[in-house]
Amino acid sequence: MKKVTYRNQISRVLGVSLVVFLLFSISIFAQDGAVASGDPAKGKALFNQNCAACHALNRKMTGPALANVESRLNADEGLDREWIYAWVKNSPGVIKSGDDYANKVFNEYNQAPMTPFPTLSNDDIDNILAYTAAPPPEPVAASAAVAEGGEGGSSSTGISNEMILGALVIILGLLVMMLVLVQGTLKRIAVANGLDLEKAKSESGLPLWKAFAQNQFLVLVTVVILLLSGAYFVYGWMMQVGVDQGYEPIQEIHYSHKVHAGDNKIDCKYCHSSARVSKTSGIPSLNVCMNCHKSIYEYKGNPEGPSQEDLANGYTNEFYTGEIKKLYKAVGWDEENQSYTGESKPVEWIRIHNLPDLVYFNHSQHVSVAGIECQTCHGPVEEMEIMSQFAPLTMGWCINCHRETNVKVENNEYYAKIHEELSKKYGVEELTAAQMGGLECGKCHY
Amino acid sequence: MFQKSSPKMMNNFIKVGIAFGLVLLMASCSNKRRPNYQYMPNMYEPVGYETYQGFNEDEVTRIALFKGVSEAMLPPDNTIPRGWMPYGLENTIEGKELSRLKTSPLDSLKSEANLAKGKELFNIYCAICHGPKGDGQGTLVKREKILGVPSYADAARDITVGSTYHVIYYGLNSMGSYAVQLNHEERWQVAEYVMKLKQDL
Repeated sequence: MKKVTYRNQISRVLGVSLVVFLLFSISIFAQDGAVASGDPAKGKALFNQNCAACHALNRKMTGPALANVESRLNADEGLDREWIYAWVKNSPGVIKSGDDYANKVFNEYNQAPMTPFPTLSNDDIDNILAYTAAPPPEPVAASAAVAEGGEGGSSSTGISNEMILGALVIILGLLVMMLVLVQGTLKRIAVANGLDLEKAKSESGLPLWKAFAQNQFLVLVTVVILLLSGAYFVYGWMMQVGVDQGYEPIQEIHYSHKVHAGDNKIDCKYCHSSARVSKTSGIPSLNVCMNCHKSIYEYKGNPEGPSQEDLANGYTNEFYTGEIKKLYKAVGWDEENQSYTGESKPVEWIRIHNLPDLVYFNHSQHVSVAGIECQTCHGPVEEMEIMSQFAPLTMGWCINCHRETNVKVENNEYYAKIHEELSKKYGVEELTAAQMGGLECGKCHY
Repeated sequence: MFQKSSPKMMNNFIKVGIAFGLVLLMASCSNKRRPNYQYMPNMYEPVGYETYQGFNEDEVTRIALFKGVSEAMLPPDNTIPRGWMPYGLENTIEGKELSRLKTSPLDSLKSEANLAKGKELFNIYCAICHGPKGDGQGTLVKREKILGVPSYADAARDITVGSTYHVIYYGLNSMGSYAVQLNHEERWQVAEYVMKLKQDL
């Protein structure tokens, strides 16, 4: 549908411009009638490429909102398209010339100068203005239909699940009833045949547990088995004390690593920048969030829309947008005026990965020097909607990796000599971290 | 029927019940929303306060200083980090114009190593919007999350190594400051790499 409207528009525009061209060839006064045209589709591309960094259609950003900017300027300020041409091509020049409105806007927006665009032709600007006057309709209907379909689907699966459970319960109940009935019938038959049930029982000799207690060997074996299996479970339980594998607390702001690192492929070190250079990897301060979220004020999701799983968990676009608003509140960002209010409040993130105080661990040594991927220890973070601890972070786990991992010796001239000597000493080509002294107690415990 | 065999059956029921209860009790200990138990917490937990340490309610009320601050705090006034260099230019239009004239203080003989480091850092911090080639087509732009990222080759902007450093330091319009994530030397390395990308475009 969309494409068809475009085609119509393009052909219409082509037709109009042909007429214009013919008129123009006859008389230059025809130009006034011609300027009203412009291709919104081309304008959108140009707008996104050149303007969208600072302008949006319906909200203030670094610069003012641009929806219907031409008619607005014409009605309020009496400025025509020629003024817009001049402004876009050389705004500092217009300001310097002492133009009233230009200076007013310049001062209203914190004197942030607009980049001059001498490369944009008048036709380009016409196209952009056509886009701001009537942006091509977004494919809202399609996505809404998808969302509706999705919700319907999820609720229907919910109902069917409950129905299946209910049916199972009914079947179970029926089975139990049948069993009871069958037993009753059998008993009645036995009584009718003259069998005395109580007598039969006492005649069969000792009860089973007494026979078992009298067999000393059997008792011994059972006790040993019970003790061993008990010890196994007790040992297992005691070994997991102090290990927080799988710990995934609810954070104050629902930050999805899946959306950021997975869908949008943002490097881990973009936010956790101190992992490159310091002991801790660091939870990013909120200004790092605002590097992007100054522009990204709502969650629009993937082009294919939210998945069934996300919808089932309540991770709708509105939900994520709400979390962005929480960020704005915490950092004190006033969306209306695009400025900081200065009223911030800390986000109390809950730290997940926590080594005991008796261990020294340095991120930069592993990330920058050894060049280990974050995922080696932290698991597939880019798939985690809720961050959870992947590795056990026990000493055995550390030691194991130090035994198996070869040290990155190439491009490390500073340690070239000692690497060579150690390789000779152990008679190996590649050194493991353990051979470098990675198992020494004092490396981590001091 | 139930009345007949009730004492024995009741016994069995109680046993099963106890076993079930024990399993439940164990299972209830493993709540993934809460950290696990520790053997000797005072060996595990630091005496001093650690970075981003969480505080429980008692502690917050006990130590008023830490009320609501389990986050990164600003360093005390008039302190500077190690290796910090004064920049000298202010975040104004005049400052930006002056920055155009600045040249990179990095050793030009080590330019190759600097560019390699610059490339690595660029791909972490800048390429997500500006694109790995600097043409303004990063992943976030392609996915239409952030729009209007200009190409480095844009004639109207005519970026120089000094103005690039200035923008990394202070940010510009929608772009935030990257002075937190990159130190003095790293900013120049990135700025030099940006100049290389601009040439190649």
